Amino acid sequence: MRFVLNKVGLLALTLWAAITLNFLLPRLMPGSPADAALAKLAQNGPVSPATKAAVEAQLGVPTGSMWEQYLSYLGSVARFDFGVSYTFFPQSVAGLVTAALPWTIILVGLVTIIAFIFGTLLGVLAAWKRGTWLDTLPTVGGTFASAFPYFWTALLLVFFLGYVGGWFPTSGAFSRSATPEFSLAFVGDALYHAILPATTILITSLGGWILGMRSTMINTLGEDYVTFAEANGLRPRTVALRYAARNAILPNLTSFGLALGAVVGGSLLVERVFAYPGVGYLLYTAVTNQDYPLMQALFLIITISVLLANFIVDILYGILDPRTRR
Amino acid sequence: MTSTNTSTALANRGVPAEIDGPANPLRVVWRAIATIWSVPKARIGVVLLGAFIALAVFAPLIAPYSATDNSFGRSEDMSAAHWLGTTAAGQDVLSQIIWGARVSVFVGFAAGIFATLIAVLVGLSWGYIRTVAGDVINFVVNLFLVIPALPLMIVIAAYLQNGGIGMIILVVVITGWASGARVLRSQTQSLRSRDFVTAAVFSGESPGRVVFREILPNMTSLIVTNFFAAATAAILAEAGLEFLGLGDTTIVSWGTMLFWAQNSNALLTGQWIVLFAPGLCISLLATSLSLINFGVDGLSNPRLREGASR
Repeated sequence: MRFVLNKVGLLALTLWAAITLNFLLPRLMPGSPADAALAKLAQNGPVSPATKAAVEAQLGVPTGSMWEQYLSYLGSVARFDFGVSYTFFPQSVAGLVTAALPWTIILVGLVTIIAFIFGTLLGVLAAWKRGTWLDTLPTVGGTFASAFPYFWTALLLVFFLGYVGGWFPTSGAFSRSATPEFSLAFVGDALYHAILPATTILITSLGGWILGMRSTMINTLGEDYVTFAEANGLRPRTVALRYAARNAILPNLTSFGLALGAVVGGSLLVERVFAYPGVGYLLYTAVTNQDYPLMQALFLIITISVLLANFIVDILYGILDPRTRR
Repeated sequence: MTSTNTSTALANRGVPAEIDGPANPLRVVWRAIATIWSVPKARIGVVLLGAFIALAVFAPLIAPYSATDNSFGRSEDMSAAHWLGTTAAGQDVLSQIIWGARVSVFVGFAAGIFATLIAVLVGLSWGYIRTVAGDVINFVVNLFLVIPALPLMIVIAAYLQNGGIGMIILVVVITGWASGARVLRSQTQSLRSRDFVTAAVFSGESPGRVVFREILPNMTSLIVTNFFAAATAAILAEAGLEFLGLGDTTIVSWGTMLFWAQNSNALLTGQWIVLFAPGLCISLLATSLSLINFGVDGLSNPRLREGASR
């Protein structure tokens, strides 16, 4: 219980730091992002006082002390009020973000779990069959593939399987004719559109899991209890999976959270290539249009999601390995 | 890991270990390269990296045309005059690839060096001190580790409109130093209680000297690993930012080549080589650095050495 409370406290502190960083970023930058944003917003028609206040609270205005600005910013974050986007005027930033978030969470979440399972299994195999082609192939291939820029893998897949082959859709998350609903046809359509983006992320992120698992597995294979299990005449598969891999998987879990940040970053680039309607594509749109309110809100949401995922993994780790609860 | 000297001596079995006086720096570097060279994977990495550095340095001599010369036919296929064809704007793709190597190699090395420098300064002093300040640094480092790097880079780059290479190096360093600092810190912590450190403290050496003259040399391989990892991340991040159009899109680099390829619809015109070549170069350069790290790993961790049996 103490362990969980500790973690919750740390999460609260980290969340506060991330929210504060989001507050400081536009204020540390040269020029005045708030003025630029308001000027752009004014092109769409008169700016209501409430919108003006929300934009100023997020991006900073010369008036008012830093402390007052900070309090008003915290208030607007708590109310989930990030003002109005001027790229998609007059939609609210909060609404846009809420609509985009599920696409990214489902895509990145599913692929990360698949990559974790496959990568870990391949890593176990590589360590167990060290020195054979079962080791060299995943190790070298994984190293090479994890050096692929995400967007490059995406471009190649789009080109060869999308345009040249014509087997897969080249953009979007569902067909233009389809309307989002919970029907078998729509889910199938969405999955079909997700295959290429998912494959891209899988190819690039798999290598990290293979290499990580391989090196921890090699370390556990040197432990006495593994030798003892072998001496007892247990079947090799039992020794590899039940004795060595089971203990090697734990240290690998800690890198899960850090890897997730990288995968989320990569998925932003992938979404750009596929025009996939998740937070990455929205962030790209916001950045190219200098839509600062939308950009700040997206950065905050992405950061908070990664922090929460890390928190869940931390708690899970504590349950799996009692030693970390101290 | 005990120390770099012992592991190098182990690698050169049969050669008597030199113990007299401080080693000649040139000889140390040469021996380190020899150790890395002895690992086949790392050897491929050294050759690849050498080729890219040569390409970057001798670009004016190797490239058949100027990278910005757009007087050629548009979107041409591969031919004897243009081995990799031309871009949608009428530039020679091969020349752009060769000149583009300069940006990637430079950004990789510059950002790698700065990020490693910060990681060494923070990691070593953080690992050595035992005060409350350590907890504060711990929090800051963990914060930088969990905040997703690419979104942070994108946001900073969006504010610093079209900042060019200097801006890209800056954002890569800001987001890339933390993981190295943490690794170096834990190694410093384990070295802190060794006898040679205690002896140095008792002989009256200042904390700064103990950290950077006594402890630092024992972590050489870890620092080198960190440098190559940081450089790899920098090269990939630079390409990603430029692909999104953040940074100076008028310079010729592999990232901007992909940016223009996507924006000129090279996919639709069938110009696959314009997409394929820059990305392949980025991957190969990044892979070469990772491959070299296999050799550096072997310096410090005999378990990871090739051919070592379980």
